[in-house]
Amino acid sequence: MPVTTCPVTIRIQQDDFDIAREIAVLTGNRTDIGAVVSFSGICRGDEDSAKIAALSLEHYPGMAEEEIRRHADEATSRWPLNGVTVIHRVGRFMPGQNIVLVLTASQHRQAAFQAAEFLMDYLKTNAPFWKKEESATGTGWVEAQARDDEAAARWTRS
Amino acid sequence: MKVKYFAWVRERVGKAEETIEPPATVRTVEDLIAWLSGQSEAYAYAFEKPKVIRAAIDHAHVKSDAAIAGAREIAFFPPMTGG
Repeated sequence: MPVTTCPVTIRIQQDDFDIAREIAVLTGNRTDIGAVVSFSGICRGDEDSAKIAALSLEHYPGMAEEEIRRHADEATSRWPLNGVTVIHRVGRFMPGQNIVLVLTASQHRQAAFQAAEFLMDYLKTNAPFWKKEESATGTGWVEAQARDDEAAARWTRS
Repeated sequence: MKVKYFAWVRERVGKAEETIEPPATVRTVEDLIAWLSGQSEAYAYAFEKPKVIRAAIDHAHVKSDAAIAGAREIAFFPPMTGG
């Protein structure tokens, strides 16, 4: 059986990311990858019909990277993955701008789809990032959603 | 030990981090929240709903009954909203 390697790249940065470039880095010079799933989280222009002017993202440096790595490691142990990239931006964003990128590569699509979903569900509930919204009525911290906890809970192994 | 605060917990406490020396009777995360809450109105406001507050010891999530002995860094923050 050929040895499969699964490089894991985790970055927290202010700068934007280029999805095509990140996929090329993940798949470059390899022929064992048959599927790449890409998820991008983008700053929305409205929330419950209220216009959003900007979104600020704060994180816990050190822990954020470690927490994402723990979940990336769990993903690679649960699914036959050939590569994982997670890029989370911090700073102030306007509607339409990129916030987060998750790439998962595998030989077949199912593992890549599931691992991407698993990573995003855990990222939302367990990675130490916080969003603050700016709108016409002022600024306020975004409240955690029960539906996000439920989404993460379905991956818990009994 | 070093204590860090994030998001609205940081805003309410009024600082991002500090070094504290709680008495030996403060054994758990829960104890520390209660002790800090007694220090000033700012802490009391930040921790007014202790069940909502999440905590991490040395970069790992912990429950409120976790022991703080030996911790280098404890962080308090609201439920996370990244992604």
